[in-house]
Amino acid sequence: MATIDSKIPEGPLAEKWSNYKAHQKLVNPANKRKLDIIVVGSGLAGASAAATLGDLGFKVKCFCIQDSPRRAHSIAAQGGINAAKNYQNDGDSVYRLFYDTIKGGDYRSREANVYRLAEVSNNIIDQCVAQGVPFAREYGGTLANRSFGGAQVSRTFYARGQTGQQLLLGAYSALSYQVHQGNVELFTRCEMLDLVMIKDDEGKERARGIIYRDLVTGEIKRCSAHAVVIGTGGYGNTYFLSTNAMGSNGSAAMQCYRKGAWFANPAFAQIHPTCIPVHGDKQSKLTLMSESLRNDGRIWVPKKLEDAKKLQKGELNPNDIPDEDRDFYLERRYPAFGNLVPRDVASRAAKERCDKGYGVNNTGLAVFLDFKYAIQRLGKQAVADKYGNLFDMYEEITDVNPYENPMMIFPAIHYTMGGIWVDYELQTSIPGLFAIGECNFSDHGANRLGASALMQGLADGYFVLPYTIQNYLADQIQVPRFSTDLPEFDAAEKAVKEKIAKIMSINGKRSVDSIHKELGHIMWEYVGMGRTKESLETALNKLDEVEKTFWSDLRVPGDAQTLNVELEKALRLLDFIEIGKLMAYDGLNREESCGGHFREEHQTPEGEALRHDDKFSYVACWNYQGEGKAPELLKEPLNYEYIKVQTRNYKN
Amino acid sequence: MWLIDSSIGRKVVMSVTGAALILFLTFHMAMNCVALISGDAYNVICEFLGANWYAQVGTYGLAILMALHFVYAFILTIQNRRARGSERYAVTERPKSVEWASQNMLVLGIIVLVGLLVHLANFWSKMQLQELIHGTNFVAGQNGPTDGAFLIQYTFSQWYFVLIYTVWLAAIWFHLSHGFWSMFQTVGWSGTKWQRRWQVIGNIYVTLVILGFLSVVYFYFFKSLC
Amino acid sequence: MEKNISFKLKVWRQRGPKEKGQFKVYEMKDIPTDTSFLEMLDILNEQLINAGEEPVVFDHDCREGICGMCSLYINGHPHGPATGATTCQLYMRRFKDGETITVEPWRSAGFPVIRDLMVDRRAYDKIMQAGGYVSINTGGVPDANAIPISKEKADLAMDAASCIGCGACVAACKNGSAMLFVSAKVSQLALLPQGQVEAAHRAKAMLSKMDELGFGNCTNTRACEAECPKCISISNIARLNREFIAAKLSD
Repeated sequence: MATIDSKIPEGPLAEKWSNYKAHQKLVNPANKRKLDIIVVGSGLAGASAAATLGDLGFKVKCFCIQDSPRRAHSIAAQGGINAAKNYQNDGDSVYRLFYDTIKGGDYRSREANVYRLAEVSNNIIDQCVAQGVPFAREYGGTLANRSFGGAQVSRTFYARGQTGQQLLLGAYSALSYQVHQGNVELFTRCEMLDLVMIKDDEGKERARGIIYRDLVTGEIKRCSAHAVVIGTGGYGNTYFLSTNAMGSNGSAAMQCYRKGAWFANPAFAQIHPTCIPVHGDKQSKLTLMSESLRNDGRIWVPKKLEDAKKLQKGELNPNDIPDEDRDFYLERRYPAFGNLVPRDVASRAAKERCDKGYGVNNTGLAVFLDFKYAIQRLGKQAVADKYGNLFDMYEEITDVNPYENPMMIFPAIHYTMGGIWVDYELQTSIPGLFAIGECNFSDHGANRLGASALMQGLADGYFVLPYTIQNYLADQIQVPRFSTDLPEFDAAEKAVKEKIAKIMSINGKRSVDSIHKELGHIMWEYVGMGRTKESLETALNKLDEVEKTFWSDLRVPGDAQTLNVELEKALRLLDFIEIGKLMAYDGLNREESCGGHFREEHQTPEGEALRHDDKFSYVACWNYQGEGKAPELLKEPLNYEYIKVQTRNYKN
Repeated sequence: MWLIDSSIGRKVVMSVTGAALILFLTFHMAMNCVALISGDAYNVICEFLGANWYAQVGTYGLAILMALHFVYAFILTIQNRRARGSERYAVTERPKSVEWASQNMLVLGIIVLVGLLVHLANFWSKMQLQELIHGTNFVAGQNGPTDGAFLIQYTFSQWYFVLIYTVWLAAIWFHLSHGFWSMFQTVGWSGTKWQRRWQVIGNIYVTLVILGFLSVVYFYFFKSLC
Repeated sequence: MEKNISFKLKVWRQRGPKEKGQFKVYEMKDIPTDTSFLEMLDILNEQLINAGEEPVVFDHDCREGICGMCSLYINGHPHGPATGATTCQLYMRRFKDGETITVEPWRSAGFPVIRDLMVDRRAYDKIMQAGGYVSINTGGVPDANAIPISKEKADLAMDAASCIGCGACVAACKNGSAMLFVSAKVSQLALLPQGQVEAAHRAKAMLSKMDELGFGNCTNTRACEAECPKCISISNIARLNREFIAAKLSD
């Protein structure tokens, strides 16, 4: 078994990153101009990395599948971004943010990475303010903060309910500046279809380019560079219904995986507790209601089973249930954190109530999030000022007025903690290939805390990768630019074209979406919020069948040599099926419950997640073994030197 | 030159020329209202202006303003039509907050121009023009080039001129109801609150100006009926 | 409450930017009213694929009203009849049984049609690249609280910054003008001390790029503001005008 070197620098935790920066290799300005970097993805991580690498002087090529970098799904993050500024004087510090993140991640992330994340979090806020991000402010002119799940301090910076949008627009403006300066070239409506690797003089394969499809013309094209960075987000859409955008996909990551990049902890998928419940089989996505709603809303289900039954049949108005017959189950079970427990805990608690039959909505798959109490306490206007746009959105979608009736919410797939394995330098197991943002596995362990995704994406892009990639590129300054006529590009392009031709020739009967929905059902049913050995094995079998259906019954109308949305979706679906399998393999292997991964066999008598630190305190890295073969498992042990590993406790 | 080659610059020209024309209208209306009180008094003003140097400067100035306003309007319209592209929407619906006038300024402007030509033929060609060319092409009964009071009485005793002037003044009202606040918006003297204020102020102001004109028209029309 | 409606869907179909487009009419039967408009189009596409035809191409992504990707002109309104909402936030309960729903692409010279209902909005990126940023590099910036900013200013900047760059303002404008888009960015940055430093240059650069790309002149019809899914106010256009004129006068 290969030994895994995560390249964690020596020295005390708080000095690792400074030591690294002090001793890493750098590239001088004249040489930077000679080095090309491909950045795939233009979300928070991709755009911030492309902009920063551009302003350092590298020649950057930035790819995105949308019509503009500004559309990346980071834009949809509502709540906020964490930083250890301690502007509120409430006892926050870098160490506390680090500690909360490790604990929130259920002790399945690397100490050194998370500490670095907490360290650079403050620079992010400074950077964004300097870019003109209009964060919320107090009357005195200083920045405002709010609290978020999993923390006892107020460290979340926000811009109304549109923080992700504002941060992304900040990164996009920095990117636009670099395009203007001529350092970054944009490739919009272009989708990466394969990674190209070239052997160096010593026979070592390095990432040197990509094959991509121009989505407007359908042409297959090539692009070469000294290093490739992927920041293509998570794979939550494996479930078909998720809070991700319709175009979000895990294909770039899977292409890297098939070329030898390890895929780490795929089973860790976050289920967000506050989404609008599923309403029908025509539904295309699930809409998230910001977690910030849990600051003032109280979550409950009826105490009496008969009330729940009546609610499900529509025979009872929730407002008619008196307080004493309401079960505020989060406040009951977790007095210290109440409605602000981390997402995985809140989601599982909702599932537990619904499984017992206390769920509401006609499906029985929803719980109430009630603002009656907040309106009584603060007044309707104050609630409207804080959450008005979210309430309007809820009413538009459900036709129910949340000022008068409690909202109904249910958990939905939201974020994937797993992803391409990276070392401390954010380099994957393929030399010259880097992964940033949600696309990598690094900082959130088994569960991500609210307002940490934006922090990680921007940390990677602005402040980590631009340093660490130089440590790699410093050795590449003698390497001239690559021609895209090399045989490696020919071979990769040929393989891509063959795959497309094969898909176009299936000529079956079913649309991509119909098969994707089938995949989603299987994933939710068997690899969802509660998993068992049997369910995961069933999933693996069923996923094989879905793959067969794909290859025998798919229909992609139209032509591959032009714009073809169905073909784009088909290519992504194929990768989703493979990710589904990886998730099931990983879930089977990890015989414990932690964070976003809950194995029903492993729970405490109270129904809390039960970790087995003696056996599973490692990162599970999956190494591709070829088509149709089970992947090989590699383990990166997690050593906690600075934190005492404990059972997570949000009760007291 | 930014007043020619930038979109805001071109609009500034529209705004400033428009403002000057509104001021002229205000002055003209005030002068007309004198005719409500006394035709002789009105003629005194006509004599004061006549074809004196200041009246001539004013006339040429106005002509240039009008020409600029009009030429720019055509340039803007041509550019704007090009910017809309070759295909047109099959279905369009005007949102409530969008004034009808704002989308038909050119059409209104053309009606205003046609009305102006009629007006120049009725009055200016019999007054200042005659004085300038030392002509005597007067209307029967007109007592020299500065007998404006007679021309008013003569013109508005004919019902079809009353009708034409009413339509003309209505077109001016619509044109200005948008133009007034729009000119402040264009030069940037506007904001969330002031935009609404200018709209209200504009509507009141423009209505008063147009009522002033109309009162003279109808006063003399009804007088001719008696 | 949920019910089903049936209607005629009149959709613009166009193969490419240079090819001639035309309307095609599709009969939609028994569509639940709690389906979103885009989900209704998904249903149509599913039907088309099952019939062996090519699906209708339209832009969409986040489906929660923030990415700015969706761009349909429905029954005479960009993003359809709902106010303050994008197409993806439009639900079928807004429509009546038996009606004809006309769906067109954004029509503007600045946004050429790529196919069917999908248009090319790269012009917006180009305008942004001309100056829609604060010219700083990463790092070396002051502490976030070093410059206090009044809540009022910050809120106004946020109002302007909520633009999603969807292009509805251009689509709604009879002049095909992108002034609301440009003014939103210019305003956001002009209102904040960080952006004030190069506000004059920004206003000039972005406006001249907008003009160069063939967008029209603003004639203050206010259609943009009425149709903007984020309710961006034309007071931003007034601010842009002010910034621009001041910049030109001080040249």
